[in-house]
Amino acid sequence: MTTTTADPKPASAETSRTPALVVDGVSHSFGDKKVLDNVSLTVEPGAFVMLLGLNGAGKSTLFSLITRLYDNVTGEIEICGYDVRRKPSQALQRLGVVFQSRTLDIDLTLTQNLKYHAALHGFSNREATERARLALELVGLADRGNEKVRALSGGQLRRVEIARSMMHRPDLLLLDEPTVGLDLGSREGVIKIVRDLVAREHLGVLWATHLMDEVLRTDQVIVLHKGVVLFSGGVPQLLSQTGTSSVREAFRAITGTKAPVEEAA
Amino acid sequence: MATSAFSTAASESLAETNFAARRRLGISGYVACFKGIVWREILRYLHQRERFLSALVRPLIWLFIFAAGFRQTLGVSIIPPYETYVLYEEFIAPGLIAMILLFNAMQSSLSMVYDRETGTMRTLLVSPFPRSFLLLSKLLGGVSVALLQAFAFLFVAYWWGIQPPPITEVKLFTFFDPPSWAGNVIPAMGDPIVYTLFSVPDFLQPALGYIAVVPAIVLGGLMLGALALFISSVIKQLENFAGVMNFVIFPMFFASSALYPLWRIREASPLLYEICRLNPFTYAVELVRFALYGQIDTISLAIVVACTVIFLGAAVFAYNPSKGLIARRGGPGGPA
Repeated sequence: MTTTTADPKPASAETSRTPALVVDGVSHSFGDKKVLDNVSLTVEPGAFVMLLGLNGAGKSTLFSLITRLYDNVTGEIEICGYDVRRKPSQALQRLGVVFQSRTLDIDLTLTQNLKYHAALHGFSNREATERARLALELVGLADRGNEKVRALSGGQLRRVEIARSMMHRPDLLLLDEPTVGLDLGSREGVIKIVRDLVAREHLGVLWATHLMDEVLRTDQVIVLHKGVVLFSGGVPQLLSQTGTSSVREAFRAITGTKAPVEEAA
Repeated sequence: MATSAFSTAASESLAETNFAARRRLGISGYVACFKGIVWREILRYLHQRERFLSALVRPLIWLFIFAAGFRQTLGVSIIPPYETYVLYEEFIAPGLIAMILLFNAMQSSLSMVYDRETGTMRTLLVSPFPRSFLLLSKLLGGVSVALLQAFAFLFVAYWWGIQPPPITEVKLFTFFDPPSWAGNVIPAMGDPIVYTLFSVPDFLQPALGYIAVVPAIVLGGLMLGALALFISSVIKQLENFAGVMNFVIFPMFFASSALYPLWRIREASPLLYEICRLNPFTYAVELVRFALYGQIDTISLAIVVACTVIFLGAAVFAYNPSKGLIARRGGPGGPA
């Protein structure tokens, strides 16, 4: 695991070799309930990291800490070398997020939604218009900018949210269960867009899911169970370590869950 | 700068999506962010036609029906800022403007609780700008909407004959009646102190009330918005608007000087009178009332400004990730 120092990183640390995300020794409790226990993980630039966990494993809490909805009391969280607590502006500028819940204004048009997001990142009206156009092109909805979000399907909504999260050119993309509630075709479409982005843009992606069939052999996998990281590494290593032939079986072997994972939703 | 150092590091991939490097968060960035947040609030409001209509219809019902019915039963004596007898409609118009502010603030507070559950608030809070700036921008966005609503109301009221009189002089009005529980600590004032600030040129006199009311609405709206923002961070989940209506809007609205002069309440119940005077909403009403008559009510102004600062501080504290109440409570969507 990458070691981190308490000192703020010098500007020169921000090279392509700096991990997109470092979470080091983070624990979090709500009252007496410990939701995260000494969680550490790293997302390298250009890496597609699958965060596997059942509902309630602590995925959303981890995302809330990384997006600074609340502070990590213990441990360190750094985005591209910037500590989210000490340098929140720099860290958040480099972060794109697709939240689990829908966050577009259904009464506004696609372009209005996207321009709002661009404004939140300080882009002028002219730049925002241009970026909104590019974002819609990116996800194949270029001709629908003036339609209201209400008119979109679930899969299209997600694609717009992904486009939106890319508008400010982040280096780290967080996706919290982005395919939940989508039909199979839309799911594949959403996954393909993000995988293409990783390949082309050298983004670090942390993709939280409980759907094991979304994992490819080339992905990095982190298994989070009851707030503890049980495994972190490549898929081949996961399979050989557990002596199983599929990610689903390996997940069950590691977490000791007997129920079929898919039904946990 | 670290920002520019980065964009060269990743430049080989820029061509693919054509998203240029990110922006520095300079002053123009702050301006763009502020404009974006305010504009979104206005757009959302204009797109929700029911909300637009109900915001306009509510005060008009009070004005056309309630006030007409009450006109005969409730006489309003000449109290500052009035210099002649006024119709009851004219008396409650400032109260109804304040009601618009109150409803608007609580409605946006409720939408923020809802936003927090659905994630819209999280979208706002992952912006790289300082959180206090984001929250203040959102508040001012709500106030802009309230300002639109208030002027739509004033426009209709104007055609109904409810309009502020021409104003020849802008005055500073100061009167403080110490509460009974203050005993003899604060000496009572005999008469109000009225200080003329400047006289108004002829062409501006008919419009001055409408001009002067703008800052009063903004301040009052900011105070109520900050209060609502704080409430939104404290309340975990509001099932519907009814809860806010019963526990916040109705008590604040009725225990104030919006519908009846405070001296009338004093005759009915000295205790209620003191409660009304502890209600910050009363001072928002009075600030608007005096502003429509070209007067600055210094005591109300001071109280509204002080309450705004306190409520805003509380709201920013509540939304601060390290100190705030969200973290302690388990945050949006509950723990996990």
